[in-house]
Amino acid sequence: MNRTARDHPPTAAELNLCLCHSCGLACDMRDEPHSCPRCDAPLHRRKVNSLARTWAFMLAALVFYIPANLLPVMNTTMLGDGADSTIMSGVLEFWAHGAWDIALIIFIASIAVPGVKFVALSLLLITVQRRSQWACRERSQLYRFVELIGYWSMLDVLVVALVAALVKFQALGDIEPRVGILFFGLVVVFTMLAAMSFDPRLIWQAGPEEAMDEVARH
Amino acid sequence: MATMASTAQLIICEHCDCVYQQVVLGKHQKSLCVRCAGVLERYNGLTVEQRLALTITAAMLWLFANFYPIMTISLQGLKNSATLWDSVLALSQGPITFIAMVAAIAIIIAPAFQLMLLIWVLAFALSQRRAPAFKLCMRWLETLRPWSMLEVCLLGAMVAVFKLAGMLAVLPGIGLFALAALSLLLIRIAGRDIRELWALP
Repeated sequence: MNRTARDHPPTAAELNLCLCHSCGLACDMRDEPHSCPRCDAPLHRRKVNSLARTWAFMLAALVFYIPANLLPVMNTTMLGDGADSTIMSGVLEFWAHGAWDIALIIFIASIAVPGVKFVALSLLLITVQRRSQWACRERSQLYRFVELIGYWSMLDVLVVALVAALVKFQALGDIEPRVGILFFGLVVVFTMLAAMSFDPRLIWQAGPEEAMDEVARH
Repeated sequence: MATMASTAQLIICEHCDCVYQQVVLGKHQKSLCVRCAGVLERYNGLTVEQRLALTITAAMLWLFANFYPIMTISLQGLKNSATLWDSVLALSQGPITFIAMVAAIAIIIAPAFQLMLLIWVLAFALSQRRAPAFKLCMRWLETLRPWSMLEVCLLGAMVAVFKLAGMLAVLPGIGLFALAALSLLLIRIAGRDIRELWALP
């Protein structure tokens, strides 16, 4: 290790340790164990194929994001008149009725959160691939933010489920889910998987030397 | 170099791989990584007894949240109510069945398994013992955590109340209050700090 500025504690790689992702134990890697001695979970110095998997899950989510926003997520029939609504039209409807706070909650959870996740994950992936040393601390925080907001996008799926379960009055009024909600749910699941596959430790992975190490280990 | 016994005293930052010696935390304290500012550990004020008591409470609340209606609506004399399971069924029609499965896992199955595993593990921990299949249970608790979304469901139920209140009369049910309490409890009892149980002999 020829690091010049030692402004941080030793890393696990330097001490030949490895974090167990399941139980949090610092595992001694001198004997190259394949699983954690405490909980038997498989041990990896870095998440396996982190970049490729994250890209794959994120691109899949991005593809589903289009039908999720274009196709109707539910159909409302009131006194014989049926109308499909998309996520955006639901937001606009609340807005038009003066319920700007609810409109804002749905907009943030359903449209902004997935959008932010796409932008943030792409930024992280690209900077890691270019071995950028730029704003490591902030990028680390960005990743934690992406992880934190991840599952709140499930909101609209659950709202549609509840509303569709409640409004069942045949001709008088009926609400049914539409196929858009399936794509929307898939967006949430795939962005969650993408965030889980990304290894935030790659942000800190300095120079080509350590990277070569990495290749040799796999 | 460290042996197994002494590596248990070390904490590795999961965000940037820095290694630290474990410190004793006081009330409301948390330790942060100096390099990436990620949280290393939070103070955990719950004893095994308290956590078990809260888990049993949560299990009761789960029953209420699942067997009582979340809300009831009425339109021109007609009434209808829905439970969590009804909501899952509402999604299961037609080509979108897959999303019904995701919803079922997120709001019913994952929380139920979390509670069962916690009760199992904690009941044995009470007598300072590891439960049978302890490792498996602890690993499943880690796996289930991100997929348990009751707090999202709670916000969803509240949005649904507002969504419907414009068209018809909405009455929150017992299930909704149970859901509210359960989602908050689950955050407290099923968090990362259950890793403490690995210290059991």
